[in-house]
Order: sequence, then C-alpha cells, then structure tokens
Amino acid sequence: MYLTTEEEKIYNGEYGETLEMCMNLIVSLGDIYGAEKLIDVTSAQVSGVSYKTIGEKGLEFLRDMSASGLKVSVPTTLNPAGMDLIDYKNIGFPEDFAKKQIEIIDYFEKMGIELGCTCTPYLSGNVPRFRDHISWAESSAVCYSNSVLGAYTNREGGPSALASAILGKTSYYGYHLDENRTPNFKINLDLDFEKIGLKCDNKINNMASYGLIGRYVGRIVKNGIPYFNFSNKQKNDGLNIKSECLKGLGAALAASGGVALYHFNGITPEAICTYDNQFDKGNLKFDDEITITNEMIEEELSKFNNDQKIDLICIGCPHSGMSEIKTIVDILLEEKKQLKTDLWVCTSIYTKAIADRMGYTKIIEDAGGKLVVDTCMVVAPIEKMGYKYVATNSGKAATYLPNFCSSEVIYGSIEELIRKGLNQ
Amino acid sequence: MEELKGRIISKGYVEGEIIISNSPISFLGGVSEEGIVTDKENELYGKSIANKIFVFPTGKGSTVGSYVIYGLAKKGLLKGIVNQDCEPIVATGAILGKIPLVDHVDISKLKNGDKIIVDGNNGIIKVEN
Repeated sequence: MYLTTEEEKIYNGEYGETLEMCMNLIVSLGDIYGAEKLIDVTSAQVSGVSYKTIGEKGLEFLRDMSASGLKVSVPTTLNPAGMDLIDYKNIGFPEDFAKKQIEIIDYFEKMGIELGCTCTPYLSGNVPRFRDHISWAESSAVCYSNSVLGAYTNREGGPSALASAILGKTSYYGYHLDENRTPNFKINLDLDFEKIGLKCDNKINNMASYGLIGRYVGRIVKNGIPYFNFSNKQKNDGLNIKSECLKGLGAALAASGGVALYHFNGITPEAICTYDNQFDKGNLKFDDEITITNEMIEEELSKFNNDQKIDLICIGCPHSGMSEIKTIVDILLEEKKQLKTDLWVCTSIYTKAIADRMGYTKIIEDAGGKLVVDTCMVVAPIEKMGYKYVATNSGKAATYLPNFCSSEVIYGSIEELIRKGLNQ
Repeated sequence: MEELKGRIISKGYVEGEIIISNSPISFLGGVSEEGIVTDKENELYGKSIANKIFVFPTGKGSTVGSYVIYGLAKKGLLKGIVNQDCEPIVATGAILGKIPLVDHVDISKLKNGDKIIVDGNNGIIKVEN
C-alpha cells in the first residue's frame, strides 16, 4: 500500500509509539482489505465509551492512549457512556461503576474529543455531507450516515475509529469506494402496514414498524446491502417518511445483521441519484431478493413478552430526537396521569437543552419519567438497577436487551408503551 | 495433516481445540468478559470459548466488539480466530489483542473439537487428523 513520506515516518515510529500503533492498525486493515492508499476523513465517531462494554482492559487501553498526550486531528464525537454524566447519583447508578466511567471520560477529554456522548451525532452537530469520507464507529450511526446522509464510512471498530480520529486518515477500502456500495439484496415491502399488530396511528410512518422490519431483514441479508422498495409504488409518494423511521430501520439492520449501508427507493440519496433509475428500467441486478409480508412481521412481534407488566419503559435507541420527545409529551398532556412504571427517555445533552427550554422535560418529570442524557438502556447497567421487564420501541434495543442486560422485552410504539405505562 | 489456505488478518501462531458458531457473532452482548456465549439465539448459548480457537463465519452488530475481543485476548482467554469472511471490527480486536486470525477459509470443513494450528504469519490452517 502506498504511503506518503510523512505517513511512512509515522508508520516507522519516528513520532512515538502511540502514533505508530494507530498507523499500524489503520495500515494493517488497509493491507488486509486491499487499500491502495490512505485518505483524509472529515470527522470521526468513537464507540466503546461505557465501562460496562469495554471493561478494565478497554479502560487500560484508553489510559495508555491518552497518556501519550496525542489529540484528535478532526472533529470527533463520542458514543453513549454507561451513565448520565450529570444526574447519575439521583438516577441510582452504582458508585464504583460511576468512578470508572468518569475516569474513561477524562481520558477522552484529554484527547480533545467532544464530550457529547450520543449515538446520534448527526442530530447534534456532527453532520457529514453527501460523499464525505468519515471514520465512524457505532453501528447505527454508520448505517445512518452511509444510507441516509450518503457519507462514506466502513463499520469501524471503536479503537480503529479512535486511531483514525488521531491520524485524520483512514484506509481507502470497502464502503469508501463507489463500486462497493451497489445494492445486492432486493427487499420488497409487500406489507399492509395498518394490519401490523402495533397500537398506533399511521404505522407506515412509525419507527416501531421499521424496527421489526430491520430485525427480520438484518438476519437474512447479514452484511449485504439491501435495497428496499414498497411493492405498491404509490406508498412512497407523499409518505414523507420521518428520519426517526430510517434511524430505527438502520439500527435494527446493524444489530441483527452487520449491515453498514442500505438504499431505499425514492428516499435515500444514492438510491435517488444512482440506483432508482436503473431499478425502474429493470437494469439493477441483485444476488437475491425477499418479499416481506405481514406474516413475517407478526412472527417477529410474537417473540416479545407483550402481556407482561413493565418495570421500565425505554425510549431513545438510537437517542431520541425532538419529534419523539414531542410524541411522549403530547400523550402525557392528553392523559393527565402519573406513570405506574419507570420511564427513561434517552437522548443527547443537546436535545435535552431544548426540551428543557420548551418545558417538555418538566412535563415528563411531572408524570414520573426522566430525560436521561449521555447513556442508554443497552450500555447502562440496568440489570444491576433492578429492571427485568423492559419495554422499548426500538428493534436494536430489543435485540441487545435480552443478551446484554438479561431483560425480557415488551415491544411497541411510543404511543402504545406510554399508554400502557400510565394505565397498567 | 490437512492444510487450508486462507488470508492473513492478524499475525501469530497458535495450536488448540476449536469451537464453532455457524451463525455470525456480535461480541458485544454475544460473549461475556469470561468468554461465555450469551447470545440466546446462538447455538453455542451458555458454552465457553475460553482457551479455544473460535471459528465463526463473520461478525455482526456492535462496533464495540473490537474491545471485547481485545479484552478476551489480553486476559489470555481467546487464543485465535478463524473466519469465513472477517470484518474490520473483528480484525481490529485481533490485531490489537495480538492473537492470530486467518479468514477466507472454508469453515464447513472444520468440526467442533478439532485440534488445529492457526498460522497467522502465513495465512494457513492445519487440521490434525
């Protein structure tokens, strides 16, 4: 692989061991996957922030990295931590856990990384442009940036995104190359959305529907590139699909499978620019195809324990945007009741700042819920906080909760879960 | 001794018994810090990959998987990996954790309990008969 004189010097350790390690990792990946050179990236998103996910060995790795005094060279944002970094005591996070978590955050701060702690950096200022090369970890954000924004990133592991952030470069392979972004799996959505067993209005434009679709499709396409299309093309016209649906779809695809990129007829930018025209003419060739029917979605929904009494409702995987918070607030205002279960609305500190100003935070707190920032139900130690039956509207959370938090999952739309929580 | 030629992902040389998952693995949520498989939908659920060479088709799920692999390798629990098709998240964990990883191997030729050598320096798997 070609390296410039300067890159060669870093690779040979002339600027110290830590830079050498970063370069060695990026070049090794490039060599493996056939990169001809390194390219500059415009931003990075670093995962592996919660003490619960990276453990003591991960903490030691970050301690060594930050001790070198190196700083990131491109705008870099951080994934959720294991706790709310402000309100952790009140919410009841264990003290020994909090100590380790703060230590990890300090290491990232030393490296010059923005301490936003969100899995939706694209909702809070880290917004790549169409065809920008970026180096992002966080599987759901990779899927969103590649698919919905049309930026170019591989599924970076936490440490390789950090190495890239420091170098400002990544290897030129995989999803950075146009020829590797062609869809190979045709997904026909032949669904009567209103018959899906969720309780909410307008199911064709509700994130909970797309979480179920994403879980099912992810398992089948694995690390392929799906191309979604509605069987009835009219469905697409005037749908104005909410970005939270696309966020939820990608998150579920990346959790049950290894999907880094999907295209959606008439909706995602590369589909519109590059593939829809060929598709309409019948010139887009796929390795495989599958038609998603209501039976498949019902099968997916039947995996959950929906008659169970809820301990905790978790909304915000990936982190809630303002429209999801507004949906919750509207129901609370309408029902005027106290929640009979705990409610976490997980979001970024950016979104919460505006929710505070709009009075939404107070409405949620008055009903007995919490706006939790910097973390989420998957990377927080909720199993140690006494939560067993956890309700979510997220296909991604529903995939990780049983394995990583020993939870039993209740699945539904925001509307349905909040009403259950008020009336159970 | 049968030889399977693959691709070098992470260098190193190790001998050991293998344990196979036929479905893709997310290390975050899929394997505990002690090396127990915690993914309830995986056929290895409840089994330990500790002190074994882990064979699986490819990675999936969380990008934090690299740290989980790194941690398992640093503790000496995970000895080596063989993949059908290795993705960057798994590759990163193996390279940093300094355990051998070879991919582009037809893993259907391997069976649970086989004793193999993973030669990450040459990209070769040797199966003891």
